[in-house]
Amino acid sequence: MSALHPTPRIDFGRAFKVVRSSGQRMSARLDVKAAWVSLLLLVIALAIGAVTLSSGAFEVPLDQVILALFGEVDDRVRMVVVEWRLPRTGMALLLGCALGLGGAIFQSLTRNPLGSPDIIGFDAGSYTGALVVIILLQGGYYQVAGGALLGGLVTAGAVYILAWRRGMQGFRLIIVGIGVSAMLNSLNTWMMLRAELEVAMAAAFWGAGSLNGIGYERLVPALIVLGVLVPLVFMLERPMRQLEMGDDAARALGVNAEPVRLALVVLGVGLTATVTAAAGPIGFVALAAPQLAKRLTGAAGITLIPSAAMGGLLLVAADHAAQHFFAPTQLPVGIVTVSLGGIYFIWLLIRESRRR
Amino acid sequence: MTVTDTGAIRINDRASSAPVAGVAHTNARRMAGLLLAAGLLAACLLASIAVGSRDIPLPTVIDALFAYDDSNDHAIVRALRLPRTLLGLMIGVALGLSGAMIQALTRNPLADPGILGVNAGAAFFVVLAVGLFGLTSINAYIWFAFLGAIITTVFVYAVGSVGRSGATPARLTLAGVATAAVLGGISSGISLLNPAVFDHMRFWAAGSIATPGYDAIAAVLPFMALGLVLALAVARPLNAVALGDDLAAALGTSVMRTRVLVVIAVTLLAGSATAAAGPIGFVGLMIPHIARWIVGPDQRWVFVYTLVLSPILLLVSDMLGRVVMRPGELQVGIVTALVGAPVLILLARRRGASGL
Repeated sequence: MSALHPTPRIDFGRAFKVVRSSGQRMSARLDVKAAWVSLLLLVIALAIGAVTLSSGAFEVPLDQVILALFGEVDDRVRMVVVEWRLPRTGMALLLGCALGLGGAIFQSLTRNPLGSPDIIGFDAGSYTGALVVIILLQGGYYQVAGGALLGGLVTAGAVYILAWRRGMQGFRLIIVGIGVSAMLNSLNTWMMLRAELEVAMAAAFWGAGSLNGIGYERLVPALIVLGVLVPLVFMLERPMRQLEMGDDAARALGVNAEPVRLALVVLGVGLTATVTAAAGPIGFVALAAPQLAKRLTGAAGITLIPSAAMGGLLLVAADHAAQHFFAPTQLPVGIVTVSLGGIYFIWLLIRESRRR
Repeated sequence: MTVTDTGAIRINDRASSAPVAGVAHTNARRMAGLLLAAGLLAACLLASIAVGSRDIPLPTVIDALFAYDDSNDHAIVRALRLPRTLLGLMIGVALGLSGAMIQALTRNPLADPGILGVNAGAAFFVVLAVGLFGLTSINAYIWFAFLGAIITTVFVYAVGSVGRSGATPARLTLAGVATAAVLGGISSGISLLNPAVFDHMRFWAAGSIATPGYDAIAAVLPFMALGLVLALAVARPLNAVALGDDLAAALGTSVMRTRVLVVIAVTLLAGSATAAAGPIGFVGLMIPHIARWIVGPDQRWVFVYTLVLSPILLLVSDMLGRVVMRPGELQVGIVTALVGAPVLILLARRRGASGL
């Protein structure tokens, strides 16, 4: 182009990289800033995870931790780091990512920063299921996990059916969800009152969400389930973003709105259910991670990968705090996430209003 | 359901966006319904004195109230049933009215008195009272719980109102949710580490009007009376606030003053109710909905109906709790949701369920 007609600079908005497979059959758009932020979050999460692996009653220097993971080291160190501590930290990272994803799905679906699976009664139902197993049947870890899963899914299904009347209506779904949750919560309170003190405390400990005593035998099933669910979620990312524009606009773009929404609800509940079954209901990560990720990436809406990375970072950090800040006392990790997350939320509210 | 960026949940389905006129269209019908409800309340009051693990015939109840002799039945009525019934009446009125006020102020049909942090603050201070100071009697909790409710509400209002925009409903709601999460997390952290505290808290948290007695009534009565006066004074301005802040200001209502008065009234009413009986849910959430369904959106009618209907729900729940497991009892806080939720779900399934 000559100097008389300089090429006009066109602002294409955010920087994207398009990744294509060799045969051009598959392609994906990669938001450059979101990718860097996600990578950074993951690196921080791994760094905190390494610190968690090194600290405890038996201190292992960081270089020994790296060697234990990737190289040769004496058996005692390998035992502590790989056999005892790694499953727990790995589980924290994995479940944190799942929570971040689940929260992102529900916040996108409801277009509500407070959206979460408990609007359809999942939390109350899974707690009821777990309490029945712990208090009435005296079951172990796997029975509790199964009970929680069953209770949560049955409740979510029941709420969906009860609220269905010639189509789904948001207001009715919420009211029915509140009603069913309230009844189940009453039942839960009653069961807690009837139980022996130690049993009730064990149940409450489960209810707070805890990663204590996690080994490979618990990590592997969670890994398999999430390995199936997570790819499905990413396959639905595009239609999910289109649904945010409203059903009509999404349909005009070729999205089959109702089936996609149902699939997203099922996946979101499935992710949350996996976490609940594995470690109890860990609060606030699902709520906070998508909002934090949104602010860090400067994205217009909820994004999946940064939300997952943020969730992983939050839970790994909270787990470190839960294990070591009040040592030798081990707090349930759910209590740390709720307290720290809440304080962060308050700070965010104050800061946002100052700016205006 | 849609949401503004600040987090306000706004429900704008077709069935709920337009104010629904209510079942009773004319003032004459509303008055007739009110008289009917008042009659029902009177019957509930008498029945609540008569029914229990030992049933007392109505003539004896009347005698015990107006012609007391020292017989066993008369002693039961005066010492146990009467204070319990009076407390049920007061707490029903307080919770129902504060629910109606907070729903009108935040224009959010999901708001309940707990949204300003009243319950979480009261519970937190009771945990401190038991855990740090070793207090164990219900009457010793009262002042701690009340103080906790007041301090928390003031804090929530302060966080919600920093910045130029002031205490908008959305910011108040978010501040309340976040504060409640932090206090709840710390409370459960303390109680999970301390079995004695945990044991007290699980009974306090169930909510009961069986044990407090005359001392508790005398302690909270002045605050409730003041709250009641304030509540009746803001009904009319709240009608204007329902139209939106700008229109309300144009109509000559001081939105700011109304907000502050409502927050004070809710703190006094809900705070003293929670202090006396522990957290009792669902009354404040549900009764305003039912009242609105009967009389339509005029807050003055909603308030008056709530005033009469709330104690009916509370007293009926309390009576059921005494009867279903004789000679044992079910705490009223457990029964209200079990009784109320099915009604709420049925209402929600009707066409034209009440919006705001």
